Amino acid sequence: MSARTLYRNARLLDPASALDRRGDLLVEDGRIAALGEVANISGAAIVDCAGACLAPGLVDMRVELREPGAEHQESMETGAAAAVAGGVTTMVMLPNTEPVIDEMALVEFVARRSRDVGLARIRTYAAATKALKGRELTEFGLLAAAGALAFTDATAAIADPLVMRRALSYARTFDLLVMQHPEEPRLASGGVMNEGEVATRLGLAGITPAAEIIMVERDLRLCEITGGRLHIAHVSTEAAIDAIRQAKARGLPVTCDTAPHYFALNETAVGDYRTFAKVSPPLRAEWDRRAVIAGLKDGTIDAIASDHSPHDQESKRLPFASAASGIIGVETLLPLVLELYHNGHLTLLEALRALTQRPADILRLPAGRLAIGAAADLVIFDLDKPWRVDVDALRSKSKNSPYDGRPVQGRVLRTVIAGRDAFIREG
Amino acid sequence: MVAGSAPLAFPHRHLLGIEGLSPDEITLLLDRSESYVEQNRQIDKKQSLLRGRTIINLFFENSTRTRTSFELAGKRLGGDVINMSVQASSIKKGETLIDTAMTLTAMHPDVLVVRHPESGAVQLLSEKVDCAVINAGDGSHEHPTQALLDALTIRRRKEKLQGLLVAICGDILHSRVARSNIALLNTMGARVRVVAPRTLLPAEIERLGVEVFHDMAAGLKDVDIVMMLRLQTERMHGSFVPSIREYFHFFGLDYAKLGAAKPDALIMHPGPMNRGVEIDTAVADDIDRSAIRQQVEMGVAVRMACLEVLTRNLSNIAPAK
Repeated sequence: MSARTLYRNARLLDPASALDRRGDLLVEDGRIAALGEVANISGAAIVDCAGACLAPGLVDMRVELREPGAEHQESMETGAAAAVAGGVTTMVMLPNTEPVIDEMALVEFVARRSRDVGLARIRTYAAATKALKGRELTEFGLLAAAGALAFTDATAAIADPLVMRRALSYARTFDLLVMQHPEEPRLASGGVMNEGEVATRLGLAGITPAAEIIMVERDLRLCEITGGRLHIAHVSTEAAIDAIRQAKARGLPVTCDTAPHYFALNETAVGDYRTFAKVSPPLRAEWDRRAVIAGLKDGTIDAIASDHSPHDQESKRLPFASAASGIIGVETLLPLVLELYHNGHLTLLEALRALTQRPADILRLPAGRLAIGAAADLVIFDLDKPWRVDVDALRSKSKNSPYDGRPVQGRVLRTVIAGRDAFIREG
Repeated sequence: MVAGSAPLAFPHRHLLGIEGLSPDEITLLLDRSESYVEQNRQIDKKQSLLRGRTIINLFFENSTRTRTSFELAGKRLGGDVINMSVQASSIKKGETLIDTAMTLTAMHPDVLVVRHPESGAVQLLSEKVDCAVINAGDGSHEHPTQALLDALTIRRRKEKLQGLLVAICGDILHSRVARSNIALLNTMGARVRVVAPRTLLPAEIERLGVEVFHDMAAGLKDVDIVMMLRLQTERMHGSFVPSIREYFHFFGLDYAKLGAAKPDALIMHPGPMNRGVEIDTAVADDIDRSAIRQQVEMGVAVRMACLEVLTRNLSNIAPAK
């Protein structure tokens, strides 16, 4: 007897098919079996969505988990628990663990742990260069065969242009993707926040936006001569977005994403040396923040990733320049993206597309769609529910979030993975 | 012209490359080589064609096989052969190369056989000397006698060059063997494919008249000849390819990949081989498929033919002093 669940009375939202209608969705043996008007099925468990939104589970294309190596900051278990509470059903981790994920066995370790944990699906990128040192390429072909989704040096840019050229060129041999952290490290050297008036007043060393633009423009040139697929992670500046917009118009195989803090915050969030607002690339000026929203609106920016980056108190409770960079984000991803909808910047389907279909397409994952036969990875959420972020109530093991107390709208009610409830909000 | 002998229609003073040779000129060299194959299998392998001639093997790069092959070729034709090894790292390039040429010219050699790590260096030297020059490999540019010995090997096994489908696999980027073979095979009417990861292919290689593949299964499909190239050690560990293991997995020739080629496809390698890197040991040693040993044998014959045709063009009268 097959396991069936009928989700009734939902607002079905599927960006890939531009679906936005009231209806039902039937799950059979972990896969979507029907959607739209579905008659009562005998023996099916019924979930009454009471008009709530039902969308493909979110695909968070960039998180840092600290397993293996620093499980006291975040393990796969705590990270995956936070993910499902945020409606994320697939997340892709950076290879900057200890040891670095640059060997097939470690890619397989992630897959095994993901199965063991049994919450959000955890996939991984592999290091582009051995030990993330930026010099020697890793085994792209074998690592991809083991399950690595793309190649990146995580929070470090592949700085040497010859290494980056060969990475793109070699990746193209196997039609693989290279993901770049867009910051010229020599130019950014010593900087801790965005260069400008705020940094000057605080007496903090600045990072010029040009550090991002130079790296992006360089890599677009390398993308052009190699034809290798390039993904630029967390773009944050107007000029870089313009460069990518033009490159896409010329037909280059380039995609990019941003993270919620680049449209939800600007450099003033650093305020009084708040290390929770220290991220890399740094929070930018207000016009850059607006440019990020414009880039999302016109599709130049393909996806939104949480950039989930857990750090313990000891890493953040430090003078600003010494503190670690990064924000936890997997659980606040959806409400922060929904701000763009509630504020009228994006349609609901545009907002969800950047969290589902687009990241799945970039990574060639069979996810991010409500389609017959697709795995039933679903999120059910109340679009309008107002609440305040309470950092202590977040599931992540680390609590480094600048959003504590922020009023937001939209809350995950239930997260389903392969037809099973991975998360149900109580009360 | 003596009736029955090959026409003496080799109008070049030097053999600097395959590029620029006509099909007839290549055929002439191959035909002359054939006769030496038989001679080299006799007890008495020696002739006196080059009696009185001096050949200097001038090697600016380490070589055992090619130098020995040229040395044997010269000696079997009755010439006096001198080997000179010059460490390229210890000389200042350019000016000293020409100084070396001037010094050697003063010793009145008849043929200089030159190998140099820099592309174009052999041609530069040829412009400064009075004798004939044979390029024994210059940088990543040309290695004409290798292409000729490969062609002779193929012609003897397949009885033709025209119309054959040849895959050249591996480090095309740095390979002078690949460039000479592409030129020769195209000139003789064969079809050439190159198969390599993109990091080991030079830009616009397709402009040289080859089909480009990045996958062995596709690139070897239905080919008559599989030519494997040597991958230098310093290029195996993350610079051009990530590792030996990955390179062998995707681009090393083993029986599984060879299965895409024609059942009678011939396996070639210019040597020295890296077993387990670009070629599986069993494939390399397969006496039915591998022509690798035969290539070495043909090498001596081809070099004899080259020495013969170039010295025939030299004057038999000593220059007036």
